Amino acid sequence: MRLTVNGKSHEVNVDPATPLLWAIREHVGLTGTKYGCGVKVCGACTVHLDGKPVRSCVIPSSAAVGRQVTTIEGLAAGGALHKVQKAWVDNEVPQCGYCQSGMIMAVAALLKDKPKPTDADIDATITNICRCGTFQQVREAIHAAAKA
Amino acid sequence: MTMLKMDRRSFVIGSATVGAGLALGLKIPFGPDVVRAEDGSPEVNAWVVIRPDDTVVIRVARSEMGQGTITGLAQMVAEELECDWSKVTTEYPTPGQSVKRKRVWGDFSTGGSRGIRTSHEYVRKGGATARVMLVQAAADQWKVPASECTVANSVITHKPSGRTTTYGKVAEAAAKITPPANVALKDPKEWKLIGKSVKRLDTLPKVTGAQVYGADLKLPGMLTAAIKDCPVFGGKVQSFEAAKVSGMPGVKHVLKVGESAVTVVADTWWQAKVALDALPIVWDEGPNAKVSSADIAKMLEAGLTADQAFVGNSNGDVKAGLASAAKKIEATYAYPFQNHAPMEPMNATAKYTPDKCEVWVPTQNGEAAFAATTAASGLPADKCEVYKINLGGGFGRRGAFHDYVTQAVLIAKQIPGTPVKLLWSREEDMMHGKYHPVMQAKLTGGLDASGNLTALQFRLSGQSIIAAVFPQNLQNGRDFLTFQGLHPSGDFGFGYTVPNLMIDHAMRNTHVPPGFWRGVNINQNAIFLECFMDELALAAGQDPLAFRRKLMANHPKHLAVLNAVADRVGWGKPAPQGVHRGLAQMMSFGSYVAACAEVSVTGGDKIKVQRIVAAIDTGYTVNPAQVERQMAGSFVYGLSALFMEECTVKNGRIEQTNFPAYDSMRIAQMPKVEAIVMPSGGFWGGVGEPTICVAAPAVLNAYAAATGKRVRTFPLKNHGITLV
Ligand code: FES
Ligand code: FES
Repeated sequence: MRLTVNGKSHEVNVDPATPLLWAIREHVGLTGTKYGCGVKVCGACTVHLDGKPVRSCVIPSSAAVGRQVTTIEGLAAGGALHKVQKAWVDNEVPQCGYCQSGMIMAVAALLKDKPKPTDADIDATITNICRCGTFQQVREAIHAAAKA
Repeated sequence: MTMLKMDRRSFVIGSATVGAGLALGLKIPFGPDVVRAEDGSPEVNAWVVIRPDDTVVIRVARSEMGQGTITGLAQMVAEELECDWSKVTTEYPTPGQSVKRKRVWGDFSTGGSRGIRTSHEYVRKGGATARVMLVQAAADQWKVPASECTVANSVITHKPSGRTTTYGKVAEAAAKITPPANVALKDPKEWKLIGKSVKRLDTLPKVTGAQVYGADLKLPGMLTAAIKDCPVFGGKVQSFEAAKVSGMPGVKHVLKVGESAVTVVADTWWQAKVALDALPIVWDEGPNAKVSSADIAKMLEAGLTADQAFVGNSNGDVKAGLASAAKKIEATYAYPFQNHAPMEPMNATAKYTPDKCEVWVPTQNGEAAFAATTAASGLPADKCEVYKINLGGGFGRRGAFHDYVTQAVLIAKQIPGTPVKLLWSREEDMMHGKYHPVMQAKLTGGLDASGNLTALQFRLSGQSIIAAVFPQNLQNGRDFLTFQGLHPSGDFGFGYTVPNLMIDHAMRNTHVPPGFWRGVNINQNAIFLECFMDELALAAGQDPLAFRRKLMANHPKHLAVLNAVADRVGWGKPAPQGVHRGLAQMMSFGSYVAACAEVSVTGGDKIKVQRIVAAIDTGYTVNPAQVERQMAGSFVYGLSALFMEECTVKNGRIEQTNFPAYDSMRIAQMPKVEAIVMPSGGFWGGVGEPTICVAAPAVLNAYAAATGKRVRTFPLKNHGITLV
């Protein structure tokens, strides 16, 4: 099947039921999108499908055919960091960093939807697990990105 | 200073980048004496490589798992090296190189919050030694005494003549100089980098997806493996029907791994997992197949009143003290099994041939991973190598335990020449943890007529990690680590003076393997002790802070952090409407820590933690901004555990197999954390773990203040209490 990831078309030989996460990681070869739980709870696998955030571990690859998949690797446009990535660097958000691809993708989608989110918007939308516990910096960085 | 005894044979060090280790052993034909990095740049000494463009590569033996240790340790070396911080980068030496060079980098173990506190001296000496050699090299070129030269930001200046040069230009010559036997370290007052919140060195790749974790590793010709170990600890594989799945897409091998596990090896991990899920396996579940949490609880309960126990701390005569008390208070607490659940599940990649076994693994202890590699491969140390890959969290799971390395090597041995990446599913990770030990405690306190604590009997009953993991470290059977935070003195010193004291431990081990879980035994000890302190204060009719202060006169550093949080929140003055406060203090991993939690409670069981003010005295602090992040992060880990996390046992196995049955805090539940970093100097305390232990008792004490309810068994979800 053909998958369009970060604007590039890839012919992948993958069973249609294979979760999009694994098609991205093991067939397209982009490993920035992470496996954390496989059951739609942790958010580590968050990518954008036609601009909307989805948890790719429970979406069959076939459902992404003909649609635009954006991963963390495709967020920076033309070599410049996305404002969320920039805020993440400035606020030194990541600890281990493993959850941060999914976190950043979820936040980028939130800001597209609500350019100036309130704390309540953040609480309702950002449900990713971070075992290192970076939430205080995540919240600060979201507000910083919203101002950028 | 054995650390700097250099072995001047020609070695080439692999960088931390993936696959770079493949270049090991390549000898680059430069001068006879100089040890070289992979790119040919000279090693001034084992800690410092300088490239011609003045880039300074600092070697870090400890593992970065998010806690910031590579940045902190590089700051320590750079402080003495006087190099240009903006040109600093780091790399990991490999354990195999360490073996060959007689452990020139010391201990690799990254647990127990020891990255900085146990290596501060030798890494600074590494930087200072390199500086002396570089200055000497410049002085030799100029034919002037080194004493006439000064150095700053990688630039060496000969003041009298005004000549200057840079580290990059003299590194080659410096590398040939015999290292000085003794170097003086700076007085802490002169530090320019230590104590400064410089930016972490590893942020950028973690926001672009470029950072490679163990789970992301790719090697040419690599296959990928999924695994199932017997769900009952101690059980075995009886049989499996490989033929049922060997024809499934991508499947290459269906193999037994050791006595207790089965793997499917396939082109992709997803193919391996699908086939493994379809594979019929019959387990021999062994003698523990019927054990449940209730059985374990009963066994621990018996320990609370057992005659035999190991003493951890005692003075006076607790029996007499209690007998003569005007008032006696008693309480029993219980703490559950918990999984580390780092975001990145366990994994390791191995390649085996009869001549060489190589392992790529996210590990907190490269040397322990190396030991697992040599043991599982059966090859001598000089035929093994381990490359450390970035960790997606560790929290203690990836330090003393390398079961996944053993498995990966045992698989690779069955497919010689083919690299195999073994990745555990979250389910496998949940069911085969090294769990936070299960523990109960019975505390009895005696108050005199004026409400002073005159006697405290504190019995622990439960698992010993040391008995399971390092039995050679037991002291006549006693596990001293069980008493973290309760020791008479030292890094885990008890912060109260009680005239009649008995703290002891009835060891009750289970078939569920215990492990070091961020904070380790201090987590439950802080809850037991600090909640009971509030119970005693209540019984004495005294303010919890005033009650504690009376017992802390001999413990000024414990008291200082407690006072700092009390001052910051305005303890004693009214809290905002509906907000209730709770305190806790502890000494933990060489640091003094305290917290005050402010909570509001709705409906009796919905707790909102509005704010936690926390203080830490680490003695010396290397990077305050990173300390603050570790404090806030530790509260997420600690409060997730308090409210949500328990691994229960049924039919010998762990019942919770994924999130959210085993849940973790989200951003909506995150309290505002105000960190007070207050280094008092003169000692080096830990950072990654110490504060975790004060969050839970502070919140529990605030909850009791709000509701009058004292909860003594955990997690709180079992009482219908939630974090909102
Ligand atoms: S891996 Fe998809 S939500 Fe956890
Ligand atoms: S930064 Fe480690 S899990 Fe979020």
